[in-house]
This record gives sequence, C-alpha cells and structure tokens, in this order.
Amino acid sequence: MFKKILIANRGEVALRIIYACRELGIKTVAVYSEADENSLHVRFADEDVRIGPPRSADSYLNVPQVISAAEITGADAIHPGYGFLSESAYLAEVCEACHIKFIGPTPQVIRLMGDKARARRVMKKAGVPVLPGSDGPVESEEKALKIAKEIGYPVIVKATAGGGGRGMRVVRTPGELPHAVKTAQREAEAAFGVGDVYLEKYIESPRHIEFQILGDHHGNVVHLGERECSIQRRHQKLVEESPSPALGRKMRRKMGAVVIDAARAVQYTNAGTFEFLMDPEGRFYFMEVNTRLQVEHPVTEMVTGIDIVKEQIRIAAGERLSVRQSDVSFTGHAIECRINAEDPETFVPSPGVIEVFSVPGGPGVRLETFAHSDCVVSPYYDSLIAKIITHGRDRQEAIARMRRTLEMTVVEGIKTTIPLHLRIINDPDFVEGKLSTAFMDRFLSRPAGNRLAEAS
Amino acid sequence: MAAPMIRMDLEQLKHILELVREHNLAEFEIEQEGLRLKVRRDSGSAGMSAAGAPAAVAGLLAAPAAAAPPTPVPESTAAEEEGIELAVVKSPIVGTFYRSPEPGAPAFVEVGTKVKKGQVLCIIEAMKLMNEIDSEYEGEIVNIYVENGQPVQYGERLFAILTT
Repeated sequence: MFKKILIANRGEVALRIIYACRELGIKTVAVYSEADENSLHVRFADEDVRIGPPRSADSYLNVPQVISAAEITGADAIHPGYGFLSESAYLAEVCEACHIKFIGPTPQVIRLMGDKARARRVMKKAGVPVLPGSDGPVESEEKALKIAKEIGYPVIVKATAGGGGRGMRVVRTPGELPHAVKTAQREAEAAFGVGDVYLEKYIESPRHIEFQILGDHHGNVVHLGERECSIQRRHQKLVEESPSPALGRKMRRKMGAVVIDAARAVQYTNAGTFEFLMDPEGRFYFMEVNTRLQVEHPVTEMVTGIDIVKEQIRIAAGERLSVRQSDVSFTGHAIECRINAEDPETFVPSPGVIEVFSVPGGPGVRLETFAHSDCVVSPYYDSLIAKIITHGRDRQEAIARMRRTLEMTVVEGIKTTIPLHLRIINDPDFVEGKLSTAFMDRFLSRPAGNRLAEAS
Repeated sequence: MAAPMIRMDLEQLKHILELVREHNLAEFEIEQEGLRLKVRRDSGSAGMSAAGAPAAVAGLLAAPAAAAPPTPVPESTAAEEEGIELAVVKSPIVGTFYRSPEPGAPAFVEVGTKVKKGQVLCIIEAMKLMNEIDSEYEGEIVNIYVENGQPVQYGERLFAILTT
C-alpha cells in the first residue's frame, strides 16, 4: 500500500481524498495556489506545497509543478480528483516515467476515451449501443434522405467541426431535410470554415443515465449500478440520484453486463463512468466514458456502501477489488444537490466571504464541502461550494430529507443556488420522477409567478 | 534595520529591542526562514507592551523549517531611513535547491558576493531538470534563506540582494 499520496486538486474533492487516506492510514500532501493558502485541504493534509499563482493554468493544471511537489515530498502516488488534471493522459504518462502511481486508468485508456469518435467506434465494436448515424459526412441531399430514412426521424444534422449548438438542426420530416442540410452546411462553413455535416438520430427529452464501474489489475470488473443526472443546465449537472426512477432491476442487470463487457474489452482499470442517453422507450445510447472519479460519486456510495475513493487507491496499489458483483447490493435511494456560489435566478457567480455556513445533519444527511464560516470563495475556480447528499429508505424519504436539509441550511455573505434546488425538488414532475435533460429548460422558462408564490 | 541575519541569538534580539526603542518605532516585524519576530509598542508608553515580548519569544521557539510565510512578501523592501533597497529573489518553481553546479563544487554565490543581472545564483532541480536561476538584480548577496539540497515551494524566498 502507498505511504504518501499527493492530491492534485483543491476544494471539497481534495478533502474527500484526505478522508479516504486518513481512514487507510496513508499520509497526504496537499498542493495549493496562492489563492488557497488558507484552505481546509492545506490545513488537514500532512504536508503541503505551494505550486503557483492563483490561475489554474499556472498551478493546478501545471504538470511539472505537481510532479516536482510529489518528488520533493516523496509521495508515491498522485490522486487527481476530478476536473483539472484528472483526465490528462500526459500526467498519467509522466507519473509512469517518474515511478509515481497515477490513481486512475492507464494513459492509453484515458487517451482512447478522450477521442470521442474513436471511443464510439470501440464501444460499438464491443457491443455497446450507440446512436445510429451517418458514420461520416453526408455530401448530398439524396444520401441524407436515404440515411435519415434508415435511422428514422427525428434526426439531427450536425457539423463535424461543430460545438456550442452552432451548425445543428433538428429535422422531423423528410420535407424539411434538404433545407436543413443546406442551412447547417452554410452555418458550419461560416462558423468553423468546414462545411461538413453528418446525421444522427435525435432523442427527444432523453434521460442522462450513467453506470459506475471499478476494475482492478487482475481482470476483475464490477458495476455499482447507475446514477440519473438528467437535471442539468447547459450540460452542467445540478441534481443527481441513484438509483434512477426509470430503471428496474432487470434493465440494471442488462446494462451493467454491457458496460462490464465494454470495460473488459478496453482493459479498463480503476474507476470509470459510462454515460448514456436513454430515450422515452427505455433504449440506451452510449455517449462517453469519464475516466475519473465523478462529482456525483457519493450517491453511489450511499446506496452501495462502497467507498469508491478507497477502492481507487487500493486498485492503484495493485490490490484486488474488495467486492465481487454478487456482493454489490443497493439499499434505499440517494440524492445529491450541487450547491454553487451563484445567483439562483441569474446564475451569475457570487464569490466572496462566507460569513455564516451551517448545514444541519440528522439521519441520512452527508455533506461534502470545503466551506466554513469566515471562508473565502475565490473567483479563480469553479463555483461549487458544497454537495449535500441525502439517503433514505426510498426516493420519497431521500427527497424529504433533502428538503428539510436545504430549508435549514444557512449560508450568509454570498448567494447560493439553494433556493433553486428547493424549487426543483418541490416540482411535481421531479417528485414523480418524470425527469429528462429538457427538465431545466422547461422549468426556467415557466413564469416567475410560481417562484414568487413559493417565496412568500 | 534591514541588516541581514542568518541566525538570531539573544544578543541580536536585545539589539533589535534597543533599536526599536531608540528609533521610537511603534511596530517592527522581521521574517526569515523558520522564524518570524514581531515587536509592538503601546502608543504613549515608553516600555515594550506586555503582549509584544512573549509573542516575540514564541516566534523564536517555533521554527518550522518548511512553513510557508502566511502572506507573500513584497519583491523589494525599502528601508527608507537608510536609503537602501533590499530585493528578494523568490523561487519561480517547485523543486530542490542547489547552491553549486555539482556536488563538491564551489557555490555560485555566498553572502557578500557581488552579483550582476543575469548571473546564475543557484539551481533548482525539478523533474530531473536542472533549472538555473538568474539574478534579476545587480548588488550584493546579503542573505541566503535556503540550505543546499532543501526542497523549495513556489514563491519561496531564496536570496536577499542589497541592490546598487
């Protein structure tokens, strides 16, 4: 087992890793930027190294500084957390060269999954369902019509060089297709200088469902069930839960087997998450694999009782998984709300000094945060200040516990998204488990009267 | 007042206290590797404040070698009454500090060495690379904060140069 782990991160995830290391009796090294001098992760790590100025590119994203910090402190492993360098194949490679264990998958797997087109091909070959599409640019109207007929309407026309919603057109009937292809090509040409477009099946109001897996270096792979993360705004997850209200035991077992086979096919090791879209008919389509710990990992830990961070550390140290698939069971229901330092109406970031910070505990409440009274929320990093996770016998109890926790949480000095979370978990669709990635758009476009009524 | 001190003993502490009294300073603070001394006088009182002296002693006793200073020190400290400029060279990277180009070789600089801009002051080893740290100042080395072979953090003070 490792003697000393360097944590190449900050905030609540750095603390989360310190918790795991303390429980395992492993020493920790914190790294920090000038902006984080007084942070809790620096205070509670056994050693700390200042690695640069506040800007992430010069500190938390600076591979030579991180490696040097590991070398001068004699750390034998690096845990990258999430964000920052967590999906850097380069850091994983440099670690290998320096004989420091990178707590994550191999550089080859990180690189493969980072290339979305290659990952899609590999997954398709491994038997994972992917969105039907044109598998390349479509040159002519005739070809577009032929492919659209094969995959079925609605389809989405996308620029191959695209991103940010530009060069995208949803098409519901063959009559609209020729015009949509031309418009998308023109937009793509103007925006990216490349007019190539391709077709893909368009899923209306899908659910975001992801499977957590763990793989060791002895060929063992288990899945820890799914998380539903459909409550998103601009692709940022706000509320996550496990299990998904839309999945039964049979489907969980089926999809779990699919991801285990896929993970084995690429010799996946350490923790990973397979993300899928699920259409209203319950069909799954592969999106991507995240080769790291996820922000929402606590909901899985709450329902399975498995400490994912400790498993990651043991796996990296060469140990076997502590559980077999038959040992993995699911108890109750867990929900996580990501509390951001943002205006709950306008989403404008709200950095500053937190004067008062108090989250009540009680049965089934878990808090992951770096915040405390009199602490600074720096403008340099992302706005996540706390994750509140509640666990109950069933979804209803988990929601009730989340509601009373949010109602009794006091944060003064900055604005937070707590009022938004309260509205979300009180929404009738949410309570009934009618979730989709379109939920937030619909929710936010509703007249403000509803909000005022709740505020009074 | 900004005279360099590598070690501080009781004699020097007495000397500082005398100087503080002599120049009628309200507050005096000095910081160097592993040591922070703060002396404060109550306004209107000729003697040292009761709180000041024990704090100074506590500062002397606590000597965490690798502890980072809680606030970044300015690049250069002006000792106005004497009209001199003290420049502090800080480490631009994390690594291991070496005073000489190879083991056994003479040090690049010693206290008292006159240096020019661009002159190599030390080496910091990071990721098996030897990074030469050049002087940005012209002047005389008056303090070396770090021992040979010690790890340094980003922004840690390495040398004080009395600029000319």
